[in-house]
Amino acid sequence: MLAAAITIALAAISLAMLLNLWRLLCGPDLPDRILALDTLYINTIALLVLLGIHFDSLVYFEVSLLIAMMGFIGTVVFSKYVLRGDVIE
Amino acid sequence: MKRAIGKMLPHPVLSVVLLLIWLLLVKSMAWGHVALGAILAVFIPRLTARLWMEEIYFHRYRVLVRLIGIVLWDILVASIVVTRLILGPGTALRPRFVVVPLDMTNPYAIAMLASIISLTPGTVSVSLSDDNKGLLLHGLNVPDAEELIRSVKTRYETPIKEIFEC
Amino acid sequence: MSAMSAMLLEILVSLFLLASAFFTLAGSIGLARLPDFYTRLHGPTKATTLGVGGMLVASVLYFSARGEWLSLNELLITMFLFITAPISAYLLAQAALHLRVRDVSGGADKSKHPGQ
Repeated sequence: MLAAAITIALAAISLAMLLNLWRLLCGPDLPDRILALDTLYINTIALLVLLGIHFDSLVYFEVSLLIAMMGFIGTVVFSKYVLRGDVIE
Repeated sequence: MKRAIGKMLPHPVLSVVLLLIWLLLVKSMAWGHVALGAILAVFIPRLTARLWMEEIYFHRYRVLVRLIGIVLWDILVASIVVTRLILGPGTALRPRFVVVPLDMTNPYAIAMLASIISLTPGTVSVSLSDDNKGLLLHGLNVPDAEELIRSVKTRYETPIKEIFEC
Repeated sequence: MSAMSAMLLEILVSLFLLASAFFTLAGSIGLARLPDFYTRLHGPTKATTLGVGGMLVASVLYFSARGEWLSLNELLITMFLFITAPISAYLLAQAALHLRVRDVSGGADKSKHPGQ
C-alpha cells in the first residue's frame, strides 16, 4: 500500500513541477518567474523526501537541506537584484 | 553570577536553539557533539552580535505555546479553504489589499506577526510602511476587510504583544 | 513491532503522503491558473507549509519506526522552510511592488508602499 501511495504522490508532484516549469517559461513578469523557481525548489524538497522513503535511505536528507538553503538564498538574491539592480551592496 | 552568564551568552534563546539544531544535524547525543555544539552556541551569537538589533526575550512561554497551536490549526483549516478556492471557478475570488494598523514597535514582534500572516494560507504580508505603523497585506478572498483586520489583531497580534510585552 | 501496528503505521504514512502531495499539487495549480502575481503568491506559501510539512511528518514517522532512535532531522527542514517561506514571499512582493506588476486586486492604496 505504501508503494502505491508513493507512486501516486510522485506522479502528483511531478505534475506540480511541470506546472511550475510552465509558469517559469511563460512569465509574464520577472517576479512570476522567480516565484515559479522558488516553488520548483520547494517541490524538489518534497520529491527528495519521497525518494528517501521509497529507497529507504537517509542520504536524501542532507541533499534536501542543502537545496532548501541554496533555494532560499537564490530567491533572496534574485529579488534583491530586481529591487536594487545589484546583488552585493 | 547572572551578569557573568549574560556576558558569556548575550542571547540565551539563540544559544539554546543553536545547540538543538547542531544535535539534530549530527543525529547524535555523544558527549563530543554536545561539547562542540555548546562551543558553537557560545561563539556564534558573539560573532553575529552586531546583526541583532536588541535582545530577544520571550516573556510568557505559555502564551507562546498556545499561539503556535493556534497558528498550526489555522494553517490546516485555511489550507483546505484556499485549496477549494483555487480548484473552484475563478470568478469566486475576491482578492484585495488591506492595511492592518499595528500597535507594536518591537521589530521582532512585527517580524513574527508578518511571518504568521504569510504562513497562514489566504493572506500574505506584502509591505511594511516606512513608519512601521501599518502592514500591507494581500488576501486571496476577502469579502469583508474589517473582519480580516479584526481577526488578525485579536488572533495573532494580542498574543504576540503579550509574549514580547510591548 | 506487531503486524497490526506495522499495518497501522503504513496506513498513516500513506495518508500523510497522499494528503501532502495533493496540497502541493493544488499550490502549483494555483500558481499556474490564478490571474495575477499577488494571487499566485499564495500558492507556494501554502505548498510549503502544508505540502512539504506533511511530507516531512510522514518521513519522521516512517524512519522513527524503522531505526532505533527517533528520526527528527526532517524537523530541521520543516523549521527552515517555515522560517524562510515568509521572507521569500515578502521579498518577492517587494520586487513586484517595485516593478508595479499589473494586478486585479482591489482594496487599500498601495502607492504608500513603493517597494524598497
